[in-house]
Amino acid sequence: MTGNIFYFLTFLTLIAAVGVVVSKNPVYSVLFMILTFFALTGHYILLNAQFVAAVNFIVYMGAIMVLFLFVIMFLNMREDTEQHKPMLSKIAAAIAGGMLFVIIIAALKDVDTNVYHPAVFDSQIGLVENLGIVLFRDYLLPFELASILLLAAMAGAVMLGKREPGERNRF
Amino acid sequence: MELSVLLIKALIIVAVFGVTLLIATYSTYAERKVAAFIQDRVGPNRAGPMGLLQPLADAVKLFFKEEFVPANANKFLFIAGPSLAMLTACMSSAVIPFGNTLYINGEYIPVQAIEVNIGILYIFGVVALGVYGIMIGGWASNNKFSLLGAIRAASQNISYELAMGMSIIALLVLSGSLSLRVMAEQQGQDLFGISGMNWNIFYQPLGFLIFLVCAFAETNRVPFDLPECETELVGGYHTEYSSMGMGLYLFAEYVNIFVASAVMATLYFGGYNFPFMYDLGLPHNVVTILGTVVLFVKILLFIFFFMWVRWTLPRFRYDQLMNLGWKILIPLSILNVVLTAGAILLKDEFFK
Repeated sequence: MTGNIFYFLTFLTLIAAVGVVVSKNPVYSVLFMILTFFALTGHYILLNAQFVAAVNFIVYMGAIMVLFLFVIMFLNMREDTEQHKPMLSKIAAAIAGGMLFVIIIAALKDVDTNVYHPAVFDSQIGLVENLGIVLFRDYLLPFELASILLLAAMAGAVMLGKREPGERNRF
Repeated sequence: MELSVLLIKALIIVAVFGVTLLIATYSTYAERKVAAFIQDRVGPNRAGPMGLLQPLADAVKLFFKEEFVPANANKFLFIAGPSLAMLTACMSSAVIPFGNTLYINGEYIPVQAIEVNIGILYIFGVVALGVYGIMIGGWASNNKFSLLGAIRAASQNISYELAMGMSIIALLVLSGSLSLRVMAEQQGQDLFGISGMNWNIFYQPLGFLIFLVCAFAETNRVPFDLPECETELVGGYHTEYSSMGMGLYLFAEYVNIFVASAVMATLYFGGYNFPFMYDLGLPHNVVTILGTVVLFVKILLFIFFFMWVRWTLPRFRYDQLMNLGWKILIPLSILNVVLTAGAILLKDEFFK
């Protein structure tokens, strides 16, 4: 049963991910990307990582993708006004993508897949309580550093969006 | 699990779904009756006794109207928009505990569709998803007013979700759990010797106020119904919709109001608990059923409050709405988190 759900979710993830790249209309691309995140949330639930699943759902699907959609809808892109890229940049992109693919395959080739030991595996590790204990006890410093990084990014965004003295509102 | 237990579980799920839709249906009727009462009119009174069949008549009317798709609109997304809005609205009532446990055949069965230990996060996720229905519908209409309405709805929802989440964090600090059932159970404890009176509203009045304002903004109700502001945007994101597409958008709004009311009643007003619930000496199942009835009374009072506000207050201006969200509600909710955490620390330090 769980295996079948896994295969279905994987199928959905891959189809949606291909759809993101293939779609001509950028709005469809964003919608496919939302579907990809949705399927990934399903994967997290299968792994019993409920908190990560909920956060992926709320932050990525609920907030970040809404902003993506927001921007793309404002761009007013139509299929007929889309500019075609020159052949050279297409070839360069294909080569760069292929190189990345080779690197990923080379890295994943030697991965040890036998890390899972039923005797010591704790299926409850992904629940909110256990995750909180691990984050705030064993990994407190990296966690706080990440929060400072986010705060800096937020302050930067506010600085960029601030109206300069003397600048008039353009709308 | 036995077959009978599974059957009862299935019955509860169907009942929760049915009750959600039924209350949303009659909310449309209640809205018109409340409006009539406030404006000193009679309201709908033609269809059935006291106009009770009015929602049915409305539904028949909407179904038989022409489903019009404007030229150059994206057909698939035009249909997908209202469907998505309705789907996400109906998903969220699944995790709300509508009652305590029923004791049947030696087993305790919770009166709740599904119990997950991240219930409140689930509701937030589904609510966040709800904005896609509006955005997709508004964009697919290929109409500038619809698009502006959709953009307004999205930015408003994102802005108020932040304050809403912050007001919930104070509550989570207090209860120490993300599960709605655990939170409801905690509110059934004694307060000053009265059982079932330990409601969160007594500990979190500021948090409740913030949550209430944000709930109005999230459901796009007056005074925050800027996405469908007629004077500026014709009809907002559903300008181009007719027939059942329009009906689904309006209906999803009422389902959302029901869910928001249920969440507020569960989080802050004791859920299915009522004063003196364990002092009456009644059997367990009877107390549970009484609790469910009490919860629905609370939910209906909240729904009435939503309508009362709609027919009393004027609409905000858009910059005022954004100022309220970002400059007042978010700092207030952060203050609320700090105060709550400080109070809990003090209590642990000195009063234990």
